[in-house]
Amino acid sequence: MVPSVTITPLMPYGAAKQLTILSEEHMKRSTFVKAAVMALALTVAAGSSAIAGKTRITGSGASFPFPIYSTWFKIYSRAHKDIIVDYQSKGSGAGIRDFINHTVDFAASDAAMNDKEIAQVKEGVQLLPMIAGEIVLSYNLKGVPELKLSRDVYPAIFLGKITKWNDPAIAKSNPGVNLPDLPITVVHRADSSGTTFVFTTHLSAISNDWKNGPGIGKTVKWASSSKMVAAPKNAGVTAVIRQTPGAIGYIEYGYAKMAKVPMVSLQNKEGNYIKPSMKSGQAALANAKIPADMRVWLPNPDGKDSYPIATYTWMLFYKKYADPKKAAILKDLVKFCLHDGQKMADKLGYIPLPANVVKKVEAASHNIQ
Amino acid sequence: MDLPVTNQAVTPEDSICQPPSAGDKLVDKIFRALTFAFAWLTLFLIVYIVYRIGGTALPAIKERGLGFLTGTTWDPNQQIYGILPEIWGTMYSSLLALFIGGFFGIAIAVFLTQDFLPHKIRIVLKSTIELLAAIPSVVYGLWGIFVLIPLIRPLADWLFVHLGWLPFFSTTLSGPGMFPAALVLSIMILPTVAAISQDALSAIPAKIKEAAFGMGTTRWEAILKVLLPTAARGIFGALVLGLGRALGETMALAMLVGNSNQLTLSLFSPANTLAALLALNFPEASDLEIGVLMYAAVILLVITLLVNIGGEMIISYSERSGGRK
Repeated sequence: MVPSVTITPLMPYGAAKQLTILSEEHMKRSTFVKAAVMALALTVAAGSSAIAGKTRITGSGASFPFPIYSTWFKIYSRAHKDIIVDYQSKGSGAGIRDFINHTVDFAASDAAMNDKEIAQVKEGVQLLPMIAGEIVLSYNLKGVPELKLSRDVYPAIFLGKITKWNDPAIAKSNPGVNLPDLPITVVHRADSSGTTFVFTTHLSAISNDWKNGPGIGKTVKWASSSKMVAAPKNAGVTAVIRQTPGAIGYIEYGYAKMAKVPMVSLQNKEGNYIKPSMKSGQAALANAKIPADMRVWLPNPDGKDSYPIATYTWMLFYKKYADPKKAAILKDLVKFCLHDGQKMADKLGYIPLPANVVKKVEAASHNIQ
Repeated sequence: MDLPVTNQAVTPEDSICQPPSAGDKLVDKIFRALTFAFAWLTLFLIVYIVYRIGGTALPAIKERGLGFLTGTTWDPNQQIYGILPEIWGTMYSSLLALFIGGFFGIAIAVFLTQDFLPHKIRIVLKSTIELLAAIPSVVYGLWGIFVLIPLIRPLADWLFVHLGWLPFFSTTLSGPGMFPAALVLSIMILPTVAAISQDALSAIPAKIKEAAFGMGTTRWEAILKVLLPTAARGIFGALVLGLGRALGETMALAMLVGNSNQLTLSLFSPANTLAALLALNFPEASDLEIGVLMYAAVILLVITLLVNIGGEMIISYSERSGGRK
């Protein structure tokens, strides 16, 4: 800031002119500053008046369903002018932590909640499966548009036991396909993830070596080999698979569909090779019975057309809310997601809930008070 | 002779030169107090950060002791944790990046300060190199995955086939790995090293260069044998700063280093670093795991501190023994 200085008649002419210019600049600068402060104040006032009077619902959790949840919440907020729904994709574990600490109004998780976590919430927890998805194996082999992997082959690949693409075990399920003499690079998740949880649950169900080895978890200990690399998040794994010849990795179906990467046809329980799609996912879900607490896992689904790796993903609500208005809004939100929301599932690469499941979830949503 | 003692008697009332008024003295005192407070606040902030991280890490430190530093397995399901591969990966990638980035950074500094270029082109190049520092780390990671790795794959395959007996080339490049990570890291520390080395070289008084030429040195003899040793302290400071940046670099390495607990000299094998481990495991860590991750953070702080102290010691040793020549 230029200090203002009194101009005295004792000053030489040049200095006086300099000081006049400086004080003019000072005037221009202070007018500019005043205008900027006014603009800022108006924006803040306008912004806060836009939000004031609106009910804000916040949630956090899984990144697996983030694309479809954010679409749903955007449409819902637009349709209801006095409600804003915010969802932060931090990961299932962080979402559950926020839910237990009462930092959010609802949470989302691919791994539901275990009994220990439910016991920490004194109002009681209502788990509601909202949407389902599949986990696909994606690969990068030039000149191989279709690949089939049998039940004993793909766990062995992820254990690091099968190391080359032209291994006879792989060639057996792919007659006539020219498999190159390339080492297999396995790409897995570097960060803790619900996708890894579901994938390892499935592998433990079909392979004893896996169950006694890495086991189930959001992070597991992968085989120590220079051909096992990791990347952060579904998007990172997809990028590495696309850039590495001879790579194979597990990603969520929506990502594979959007990125247009080739997907492996996996052998299901009945022995058929099934390509991932909405229909094969729905076939897998149709055979699962939903228990009263809504926690159902499908590590090894029955059905001749079922895709073997499918999972529900849950939204977590308190059974009792301090503000009954919030509870009513949340019930209405659930209803929207269960009916209009399911129609968007296929476009975004998710599996809509079967009709009987929708009925059950809607009935259970009345437990939210 | 009786001369007036105070200037009150000499200065007219409306002159510019006045002794400080009470207001001026107050502003001066407040200013000094504020700068004093902020300086001490910065120190307290560092102490507080170390205190909080150390406090959360203490249970894990007591429970695991030094076995944590020599273990090589990271298994959250069985609660077995060890960070030796990460420590190795951090040191290896940072030192590699320092060799490559440091060499090119000093070369750029010499090129830009020793009158090899006309002034205008020099300014353009200097600004462009400083722009490299402005590129976000995530963008470097993406560029590494989509551009750099496919670019070096033919070279890596050639080296593996022909020189695979050397421990540095003993595996194939499977995408992310130590070498792409070190290359991107060297590009990230290049602007730091170049800018500070340029300052160090420009700060050499012209007399020294003229004296060297006066004694009959060629241009290169002057640069290599007179100017670089004179600027050595500043250049070394630049290298230590670059190494510090490389040790802490997170996002680009999380995407490029492969996140695999390998303890190997091979440049093409995936590896893991402490910063990447922390960044990727923190968001979903259970309470047990957070203590362990804080322990790893303490180790990273200790490594950075040791590197900086070591750098200072080397500077002061070289100054005492050889700097005065």
